[in-house]
Amino acid sequence: MIKIERRDETSNLIYFLTPVLAIFLTLVAGAIIFYLLGFKPSEALKFFFITPISDLYGLSELLVKATPLCLIAIGLSFCFKSNNWNIGAEGQLTFGGIVGGGVALLFYNHEGFYVLPLIILAGAIGGMIFAMIPAILKIYFNTNEILVSLMLVYVSKLLLDYLVVGPWSNPEGFNFPETRQFSDSARLPILFDGLRIHAGIFIALVSVFLAWVVLFKTYLGFQIKVSGLSLKTAKYAGFKGKTMILLVFMVSGACAGLAGVGEITGPIGQLHRMISPEYGFTAIIVAFLGRLNPIGIVFASLIVALTYLGAETAQIFLQVPKYTGQVFQGMILFFLLASDFLLFFRIKFLRFKKYEY
Amino acid sequence: MNIDINFLGILIGAIMASSVPLILAASGELITERSGVLNLGVEGMMIIGAISGFAIMVITDNLFLAIIGSMLSGLLLSFIFGFLTQSLLTNHVATGLALTIFGIGLSAMIGKDFVGIPGKEFPLLFVNLKEVIPLFGPIFFGHSIVFYFAFLLPFGTNYFLKKTKIGLIVRAVGDSPVSAANQGINVLLVRYCCILYGGAMCGLGGAYLSLIYTPQWIENMTAGRGWIALALVVFATWSPLKVLVGAIIFGGITILQLHMQAIGIRIPVQFLSALPYIMTIVVLVIISRDSRKIKLNTPTSLGQIFYKEK
Repeated sequence: MIKIERRDETSNLIYFLTPVLAIFLTLVAGAIIFYLLGFKPSEALKFFFITPISDLYGLSELLVKATPLCLIAIGLSFCFKSNNWNIGAEGQLTFGGIVGGGVALLFYNHEGFYVLPLIILAGAIGGMIFAMIPAILKIYFNTNEILVSLMLVYVSKLLLDYLVVGPWSNPEGFNFPETRQFSDSARLPILFDGLRIHAGIFIALVSVFLAWVVLFKTYLGFQIKVSGLSLKTAKYAGFKGKTMILLVFMVSGACAGLAGVGEITGPIGQLHRMISPEYGFTAIIVAFLGRLNPIGIVFASLIVALTYLGAETAQIFLQVPKYTGQVFQGMILFFLLASDFLLFFRIKFLRFKKYEY
Repeated sequence: MNIDINFLGILIGAIMASSVPLILAASGELITERSGVLNLGVEGMMIIGAISGFAIMVITDNLFLAIIGSMLSGLLLSFIFGFLTQSLLTNHVATGLALTIFGIGLSAMIGKDFVGIPGKEFPLLFVNLKEVIPLFGPIFFGHSIVFYFAFLLPFGTNYFLKKTKIGLIVRAVGDSPVSAANQGINVLLVRYCCILYGGAMCGLGGAYLSLIYTPQWIENMTAGRGWIALALVVFATWSPLKVLVGAIIFGGITILQLHMQAIGIRIPVQFLSALPYIMTIVVLVIISRDSRKIKLNTPTSLGQIFYKEK
């Protein structure tokens, strides 16, 4: 007989070990899928998870991809912790990129130390303002923030498309859907010659530190945590619910906006149609995999960034579409959520009692 | 003058055709949500339905099998969601998101060999009537069987929820799973059935796109329709007949936008394309403003995890 029992308390060890279990199960399931598609599983997994990071360039690429994921996930953790479902980070990233990119284009023939900070600030504010739309609609009109933030993703992407094709397109660009190249002082400095890793990683690390301080060492962090656990308790304690909704959305939008300017001033150097390979959506998985904990998110962003690189390598060597990465990302979240079952419940194997005659 | 009337008929017919996938997916999701389960994986289930329907059509050359297969694949995907949320008690929002991301990825993986293959012509019904009757001909005739099914579905759903015993059970489970369980209703079974039904309808909605509406496979071809379907359920305040109205409005915006581009109205294409999404937000604001009205129809236990101590 198998019996399922609710655990009285959950141990911290299991709490941080289940993500590891989830990753392991994802690899097993991935091997099965590759086998079904007619690939040799061991070889396919090697192309996916080992080849991409077996040289210095690969490691640098890993950090380039992990940087925006980590930044966005840090912001999202504020929202998710307090039960606000902002799933439009992709839109906030895009809008931050648009505003930051606009400033960068204003200064396209200027050089100066003030240019880059201005662009970064503009991007953060852009993302923040864009995230305030679902927050304000939620506060005043009781509108579902999931749907609004998601619809805005499409709106922002179409706006970017309009700008790079129309008014902002490069006048000397032969009608390519892209803007001018940004000036050198509008670019995040590259850390090592020949690699693409850029100073954006420091922005991400600072935000990790700040998030840790706010979440664990301040009254605000405490309020966020309590509201997430029980809205009634938060109300009873007299926390200002509406202000907090606005605040967590602003933090999350600013982080996504920073990720957006990080991309355009870092690896890209101009605006074009595809400034993000859906980092905003993938970061949702990163946030969960990292247990909404700043340190956890750092590790999770590295692992999920690897699925991006792996999909690119697998695309070259195995001719699978680059969307394969999303299959792995989806599976990680499935298995993570499933293994959470072990956190709250224990499975007991009951023995039948033997009767003694 | 005659030509104008016929053009109007064709326009309305096109609007109705473009609303079909929304009606199917939203009607399915409505039943799921009525049982208290919020499945955000609609987009993922639709796209899987689209590719599996198309793939089966190409392999077997049989449209009937393709339609059935698309529904089964949507159902299979929703089973993952059901197992996780109902048996392993995971968070509905996160699981649904994972389902969408997984579905989009898997559809591209399966679909890589099917890009660029032309689709097969889907048999249309009452084609001869289409030409004979002015105005109403092109509106009501010469469509596929899925089209007629979709327009009957909201009425069926309405009847099911309001007039049948099983419909009552579904609503009871959605409004108070605990009391339903105390009445001896198997809450898990009811919710599983509703989730699977929702998945099958989403799969069918996807197949309508890849087999009938634009008969071919394109990566990510559902283009956010799953999310609009989710918004439609809120728009309709969980009432099936309003889903029909909402879907036609959204279909209308999509088609009008195409026509405005065609006539050359001097608005950038991107602004017109953004219209359905902006309209969704505007409509959500209008609907949600009245919190009493929303609460009246919202399944009380929507999105909450139900666990019965055994």
